[in-house]
Amino acid sequence: MDSAYLIETIIKVVVILLVFSALAGIGTYFERKILAFMQRRLGPMYVGPFGVLQFGADAIKLFTKEDIIPTGVVARIFKIAPVITAATAFMAAAAIPFLPEFEIFGYTVHPIVSDINVGILYILGVMAIGLYGPLLGGMASANKYSLISAARAAAVFISYEVVSGLAILAPIMMVGSLSLIDFNEYQLSNGWLVWSQPVAFVLFWIAAFAETGRTPFHLIANDHELIDGFGTEYSGMRWGLFFIGEYANMFFISFVIPLLFLGGFGDGSVLGAFALLGKMAFFFFFFLWTRAAWPDVRPDQLMWLCWKVLMPIAVINVVITGIVMM
Amino acid sequence: MKMEEFNNRNVTEGDYFKCDIADYPTTGWDKFKRVMQRTFRGELFVGLWVVMREMIKFDIHTVQYPEEKMPIGPRYRAIHQMKRLWESDTERCIGCGLCEKICISNCIKIDTKIDENSRKEVSEYTINLGRCIFCGYCAEVCPELAITHGGEYENASDQREHFVDYEAMLTPLDTMLAGGQKEFEGFGAITPHEDERVKKTPLAY
Repeated sequence: MDSAYLIETIIKVVVILLVFSALAGIGTYFERKILAFMQRRLGPMYVGPFGVLQFGADAIKLFTKEDIIPTGVVARIFKIAPVITAATAFMAAAAIPFLPEFEIFGYTVHPIVSDINVGILYILGVMAIGLYGPLLGGMASANKYSLISAARAAAVFISYEVVSGLAILAPIMMVGSLSLIDFNEYQLSNGWLVWSQPVAFVLFWIAAFAETGRTPFHLIANDHELIDGFGTEYSGMRWGLFFIGEYANMFFISFVIPLLFLGGFGDGSVLGAFALLGKMAFFFFFFLWTRAAWPDVRPDQLMWLCWKVLMPIAVINVVITGIVMM
Repeated sequence: MKMEEFNNRNVTEGDYFKCDIADYPTTGWDKFKRVMQRTFRGELFVGLWVVMREMIKFDIHTVQYPEEKMPIGPRYRAIHQMKRLWESDTERCIGCGLCEKICISNCIKIDTKIDENSRKEVSEYTINLGRCIFCGYCAEVCPELAITHGGEYENASDQREHFVDYEAMLTPLDTMLAGGQKEFEGFGAITPHEDERVKKTPLAY
């Protein structure tokens, strides 16, 4: 391993970490604004012009708040749980090509930390580990709301993971690779996968909502039932780590869906790069859009949906894909 | 609509009708049909369209409070005010004590004494705003329209007593002389043009 590669990788890791930490903060601003406009409100207006500096004020608040470890908690697990959520969210980003490769000062940059051959499997797996954060944090909190939240996290986890895994299986069979770069190349020559695999696209999209815990499936930390769920006992930056993890996850899954189904960055031109960012922006916007429009489902309804409806459809989709490919 | 129509609770006559709500499905096939209907009727997209429409219309209803304020109604009951007589600029309160008597939260304390002219004089008048529920009974019962509710609802101070001091509630003399005293339009108050019809007290003529 030569040192140039090492330095390049470290720089890429740092850039991704900084960019998406900041994006998680800016994402909260967009979420507040868009939700407010959809509800005929104005949202944050006072910090900076039109409230754009609100996330800076929030960051100052989170960083300077006292870090309280309640007496009844299992302290070590309680402390490590937010780190799991945030760390796994960023670890999953290692296999995501955020932009097509480009040249800068005659040096070709691949905007992907590591193009490993099990890319999508790695992303889904590491993102799934992120649910250990709510699970462990909720169980260690010595709070009944947190405990219910942890139990729900486990229930959601075993439900959506089957659907997202089986849904992605059919496109993987067609592409014959797990790397997101290969997905992009395949769609460049064979057309977008959403046209040949619309069912898998919808199923994966639904599973993405459960994965990130966004509104139709926002039952892990459902404010009106469970206070803040697993985050009830957390304060300051530990709670903030949960928050950053959740929003980073939203951004990463918003990158993964277009890369898998909507042609990714296409031919790698500047236009393709902007197209990928545009598609990512749409999927991120859709997360906020549904939060304004849709009600939440109950945990039993989510499990019913995943196990009795989506999983059979996913299996049928895989079988039909296999028959067609033969 | 007249009151009789509201008071008629006989559901068998009139315009009453039952809501058209389908029964809960019992058999598995019916449940399946309901799931299919709900899935493919596109109700979720109606919800998405509604919020998107509101975002595009951008018809914001927010009142940005410290800069913008909603007008409050004339019968709004905020911090009490003590009024002065228009003709003599003296206090209207005659110390009858009705407000203290009627106050349902016992927050008004009034004390009177006989002054050097052998007239009844209010020596102490306080309202405990920590107890006051702003019911308006004091303003309604006052025979002299002396105590009223004002429209001042932005009351922040170190101490509650700053608002309930008799001197603070009383219309300042310079405001009074400039004709700035606002008459209460609410409970038991005089009508807006009452000052054209009001006669001076018998002593004046």
